[in-house]
Amino acid sequence: MLKFIIKRFAIAVPTLLVLITISFFLMQAAPGSPFTGERNLPPEILKNIEAKYNLDKPLYQQYFLYLGNLAKGDLGPSFKYRDYTVNDLLEQSFPVSLKIGSVAFLFTVIIGVTIGTVAALKQNTVLDYIIMALAMTGVVLPSFVIAPLLVLIFAITLHWLPAGGWNGGEWQYMVLPVTAMAIMYMASIARIQRSSMIEVLNSNYIRTARAKGLPWHVIITRHALRPSLLPVVSYLGPAFVGIITGSVVVETVFGLPGIGQHFVNGALNRDYSLVLGLTIIIGALTILFTAIVDILYAVIDPKIRYQ
Amino acid sequence: MAHLTPEADKKAAVSNFADALENQLDNSLEIEGRSLWADARMRFFRNKAAVTSLIILAIIGVLVVVGPWLSPHEFDAIDWSYMAAPPDMESSHWFGTDALGRDLFVRTLMGGRISFMVGILGALVAVLIGTLFGATAGYAGGRTDAIMMRILEILQSFPFMFLVILLVTMFGRSIMLIFLAIGAVSWLDMARIVRGQTISLKGREFIEAARVCGTRPSAIILRHIVPNVLGIVVVYASLLVPGMILFESFLSFLGLGVQEPMTSWGALVNEGSQSMEVAVWQLAFPVAFLVITLFCFNYVGDGLRDALDPKDR
Repeated sequence: MLKFIIKRFAIAVPTLLVLITISFFLMQAAPGSPFTGERNLPPEILKNIEAKYNLDKPLYQQYFLYLGNLAKGDLGPSFKYRDYTVNDLLEQSFPVSLKIGSVAFLFTVIIGVTIGTVAALKQNTVLDYIIMALAMTGVVLPSFVIAPLLVLIFAITLHWLPAGGWNGGEWQYMVLPVTAMAIMYMASIARIQRSSMIEVLNSNYIRTARAKGLPWHVIITRHALRPSLLPVVSYLGPAFVGIITGSVVVETVFGLPGIGQHFVNGALNRDYSLVLGLTIIIGALTILFTAIVDILYAVIDPKIRYQ
Repeated sequence: MAHLTPEADKKAAVSNFADALENQLDNSLEIEGRSLWADARMRFFRNKAAVTSLIILAIIGVLVVVGPWLSPHEFDAIDWSYMAAPPDMESSHWFGTDALGRDLFVRTLMGGRISFMVGILGALVAVLIGTLFGATAGYAGGRTDAIMMRILEILQSFPFMFLVILLVTMFGRSIMLIFLAIGAVSWLDMARIVRGQTISLKGREFIEAARVCGTRPSAIILRHIVPNVLGIVVVYASLLVPGMILFESFLSFLGLGVQEPMTSWGALVNEGSQSMEVAVWQLAFPVAFLVITLFCFNYVGDGLRDALDPKDR
């Protein structure tokens, strides 16, 4: 097991390095500099600014400087929000994103697995058809469609919940964003869980368990649930990436002060260092999470470990 | 005597014979049984949800292509007397107008053109790169395979949407960039699937026979392996299309995709969501088109999978 974990992280580290390198050199290949604005700066001032941001050094030196700073956890100054470093901006916004992201992820997995299992247990009943029809609808409702629809229904028409804002993270302000982020992946997980649970329930060892006279709920929780979770676990990686990606849209729609708004504004303002820093942070998170999912997969399924 | 018959007669005789042979072959094929593809076709057309979806998609497809010419309005023309007007038959603004007075019917369909184009071209790129990469890796095996798979693994753990946003930040917005980005992301799963299939095909007799005949590896991959994985490729390609449409809409929603005055469903949903309190139709029509299209593509993909995927038989 330990060997497997080490091996898995041995892939994760170079992946992250490749991501950082590609992102960094893409930034350098971009035409123009972030300081070519409407107003042309006098050359001396431009020179000073470039010196401040190390842009006057040769490329490889800039690269190693950036890597060195990164190793110390320093993402450099923001090009557009003067007086702020990328770290400052992250410190303000990351907790917000982390909070709604993790709540959304938890709900996605728990509710998705539960309703998928229920549908499998009630296979071919009205309940199953209703759940699956809802899931099919959920699968085609991306966050950028569901978010405005939720606002329209629950905020503008019914006045049940606020249409946007954060307000320190009170729960009323989190309901709609979390729902918008979670629905699509919840629906996918429900579909995956249903079909894998049906497959498991038809297998021989479940028949044996029933023949032994075990109560139904014990069969489900002790024998069927764990193997049926395998396909869901392998989907957790993509779901995580999807929820993080969706958070960009959701944060924009609901006006939440998370990293998503910085990403979009950074992209529109051409704030290179901010977008680069965010890409690297999110990339690192993604890579770390995929590695954890792979390890989790090996925990559930011993076959993987010994391959 | 044959050499005395006039040229024309000879030709007629040959073509008669060819026709007869063809008839014979057709008849005998019908007796012998259905081919793999005919079988799949039958199974697909028995699936009501998939067929209905296919018909709806065809209608939307035709509408998207010819629809903009049916309306007297241009997609970027401003109608000053109808700003943010609700749907109205008389002024032939069938879906109403947006905040700038541009006809929403035409804009929705123009947006559909972009979405369909991105979806279908994107899937094609994925099929081409993914199939070739996967088949090559699977057929070559050994170290080549290991290296190619490592590359795939690294690419797969990239957060691509963010890399695309990074690209957009740097090079400005353009539809070409979106194509490039989508092409880069979408072939990964395809390659994985094709590789798996190829490995299982590699040991089969007909491949061995081809190798014994001295066929070059490239020819074996293109002539013998690719046609045999086509079924599964078609299934995954059809499931990729809605994914591509989503990807583009997502970027356009954020304002990072297509540029004004051109539009796409994502951009229209964004505009609509900003004015939904006063002008619901500006959100409703693009959302309806986008959701129905995604819905139908998913059902068609499911239908194709049931029809073509050997696993479920």
